[in-house]
Amino acid sequence: MKKLLFSAILLAFIYVPANADTVRMGTEGAYPPYNFINDNGEIDGFERDLGDELCDRAGLDCEWVQNDWDSIIPNLVSGNYDTIIAGMSITAERDEVIDFTQNYLQPDPSAYITTGEGNKAAYIGVVAAQTATIQASHVAESGAILAEFATPDETISALRNGEVEAVMADKSFLAPIVAESNGGLKFIGQDVYIGGGVGMGIRESDSDLKDTFDAAIDSMKADGSLNTLIEKWFGDEASLF
Amino acid sequence: MFEYCTDPDVLSTFEWFSCYLTNGKHLLFYKSFGLIILLLFITAPLAALLGLLAAVAIKSKSLLLRLFSKAYANIVRGIPDIIFFLFIPITIDQLIEFTRHKIKCPEIVDSVWQGSDFVVCGAAKLPLNSDPQWIHDIYGFLLAVFSFTIVYGAFAANTFYGAMNSVPQSQIETGKSFGMSRKQIYTSIIFPQMWRYALPGLSNLWMLLIKSTPLLFLLGIQDVVYWARELGGSKTSIFHYPHPDWRVWYFLSLLVFYLLLTKISELILNRISKKIYLPI
Repeated sequence: MKKLLFSAILLAFIYVPANADTVRMGTEGAYPPYNFINDNGEIDGFERDLGDELCDRAGLDCEWVQNDWDSIIPNLVSGNYDTIIAGMSITAERDEVIDFTQNYLQPDPSAYITTGEGNKAAYIGVVAAQTATIQASHVAESGAILAEFATPDETISALRNGEVEAVMADKSFLAPIVAESNGGLKFIGQDVYIGGGVGMGIRESDSDLKDTFDAAIDSMKADGSLNTLIEKWFGDEASLF
Repeated sequence: MFEYCTDPDVLSTFEWFSCYLTNGKHLLFYKSFGLIILLLFITAPLAALLGLLAAVAIKSKSLLLRLFSKAYANIVRGIPDIIFFLFIPITIDQLIEFTRHKIKCPEIVDSVWQGSDFVVCGAAKLPLNSDPQWIHDIYGFLLAVFSFTIVYGAFAANTFYGAMNSVPQSQIETGKSFGMSRKQIYTSIIFPQMWRYALPGLSNLWMLLIKSTPLLFLLGIQDVVYWARELGGSKTSIFHYPHPDWRVWYFLSLLVFYLLLTKISELILNRISKKIYLPI
């Protein structure tokens, strides 16, 4: 037993790498169409396609990692994975803790949805948003009462159960939900443009990796393949580069 | 899984569910139940062993051993489980990586803490970046086993300590007067007899251990709670099997699973205690 324990500990310290070129891509897997876990249990969505293509162009070997949204930045800086590619908008506050590549999506409109009946003024009532998102801070600043939830899906359930009067999130996440609600849910108010577009989050100490992905995003913007990908996942109305 | 599953939109209700409940995501959900069982069967003996060692250390003649083991048992029992589960895996992980960094990359003089970043060289990472995800999963699972063992070992230590003290003192004195060594007193007097006193406490611990397994979720492990929430959430038609919010059914299945697990444990523990204790 002692020997076994000792060799296990020893093994942990002397264990040697095969190759070190693998980049681990952290994503939430709960925000379709950006990223989600598909029916086979694999990470799928716009960012899966994009990330695989970027890694291909940069000649990197990439491995996908699912991580909950609320700990996605702490686990990046502590080194559990090397990038965040999870529909994360570039903001000044986040930029103080991590670095961002250039944006691979234009600033996406955020929108409010509410249940069908009446003409509620969502800006005054209780509005649900996912924890630690730009929408959550926007709602808090707007003077409405903010109800935070760990996953985007829970905000929608809260609205359907009548716990909140509205939900604020990226419009491209909400649009299919509204479309398939048979009139149960609808958009209200104006679209709001917040955040500086969506980029990949990278550790501040990892500037080489940031340059690599910046170059790969450049090449995808230049040959139009990024626009093709955006149209595939977000439809014709999405803003392109 | 079945051949008719290619186009779920045209299936009858029964076929739809037979396909839905056997898709890749559900298979991962079912596997995560196995993970819970595996965790229980690895952690329980380890925690019992650790507890036994600590209990013997508490009764030892050496002051250092006594202080250390008492401090362990009392500190760990006094701290909420959740705090421990958040603390231990991060600390152990960074401690190992820090040590490996010092051994493998002595040429790097920069601090591993750069601002908010924890940066060790590529060769010092554990598991390595180049390792497949299943190795990362096993590593995370081992950290969880370690945390559970530390926490439940402390409770077991107290149970064993009490049980050892319940073995009649006169027997130990008799052993001494026969000239038995400490080791002999433990192996032939205390250990064989302490179980009957330890059993109620240990069976309690087993139940508590079962009920604390959903804490795996806190460690970022994709356990039954993660999959129940993920599968139960409402799904739009971007998925093959769109459905409204079904979380209540998935959480109900967890409830049934845990009730079954504790019920079976209770039946087994009852049988054992019937053998040991006579009815009055």
